[in-house]
Amino acid sequence: MNVVDESSRSGQVGFVNVVDEYFLEHRGKLIDLAAFLDRVDRAGQADDRRIQALRGALQLLLEPGPERARRILELLSDPTSEPVDEARGSATGAP
Amino acid sequence: MDYIDPHIHMVSRTTDDYERLARCGCRAVSEPAFWSGFNRASAEGFRDYFLQLTEFEPTRARRYGIRHYCWLCINPKQAEDPGLAREVMALIPEYLDRPNVLGIGEIGLNRNSKNELVVLEEQIALALRHDQLILVHTPHLEDKLKGTKLILDALDDQGVRPERALIDHVEEHTVQMVLERGYWAGMTLYPDTKCTPQRAVDILEVHGTERLCLNSAGDWGPSDPLAVPKAMQEMRRREHPVERLRQVFYANPHAFLSQSPRFRA
Repeated sequence: MNVVDESSRSGQVGFVNVVDEYFLEHRGKLIDLAAFLDRVDRAGQADDRRIQALRGALQLLLEPGPERARRILELLSDPTSEPVDEARGSATGAP
Repeated sequence: MDYIDPHIHMVSRTTDDYERLARCGCRAVSEPAFWSGFNRASAEGFRDYFLQLTEFEPTRARRYGIRHYCWLCINPKQAEDPGLAREVMALIPEYLDRPNVLGIGEIGLNRNSKNELVVLEEQIALALRHDQLILVHTPHLEDKLKGTKLILDALDDQGVRPERALIDHVEEHTVQMVLERGYWAGMTLYPDTKCTPQRAVDILEVHGTERLCLNSAGDWGPSDPLAVPKAMQEMRRREHPVERLRQVFYANPHAFLSQSPRFRA
């Protein structure tokens, strides 16, 4: 399978076999994630809200359609719109 | 290939890093004012920092043929104290005429708090009063989407000309709103958060190359000062033409930064 950059703004068609080029490293990342979830289970932390958010994102990953990265980032975002009263702590990666 | 890193915190890097950047083709860097990893206790601490940014770092960079530019502000990470922020803002005009100062930045939001928003609005006003370019930090992780919307509204409310501001740290869920409103957008290449080189090149393939820049934001935390040449390598891996690489890694940052008459590269 060739990937074709169809962006009229960039005006260039680039060819690379995406699956040949990237499959193994992403297979590795998937197994890393599976091993992480196993580790979380062994630690008894499966109910952590960040892990719950991750599980929600994994469900979204299986849905059809483009822009999976955008949709997962939106799922992992604070859905409110007003400024908070006070800045406390650091962001954690899940709302 | 020559390139420009428009966002890198060289005060946190070693001189060896300057040498490595030079060997990879880096010709100019721009360094926004950052949070030092701990809260500076007083405005005088910022005076020292501004001297480091405007005197020491350009001298260190010059030895490796790299032009060093900077941006001044109180970083949003320390903007929860408006009293201190106003003391620091009062210092900034003293330094705006220094030969390597390009504008006000990186201002923005950190946790999207009310005080951070007040300080952001006052720093936007400071930039406009002194006709300065603006470099914007958008929040991390779950705060980015909401914070980016708040920041864009704050910029629009004060009538900032979009071509005079770069909104940094965009990802797949924020890049489109930034570009649609006419601003420049920066993608930051970080190992664990923000963009990987692969995702950044994906974003370029989807959204085009107009008004998009890449940076390493190399700092004191997990980061890679050579992330930009690694993204160049990713574009080569996908067989993008050399003209496109030149646009993304040199012409685009050059076009944005050259709006300051001080910038040369």
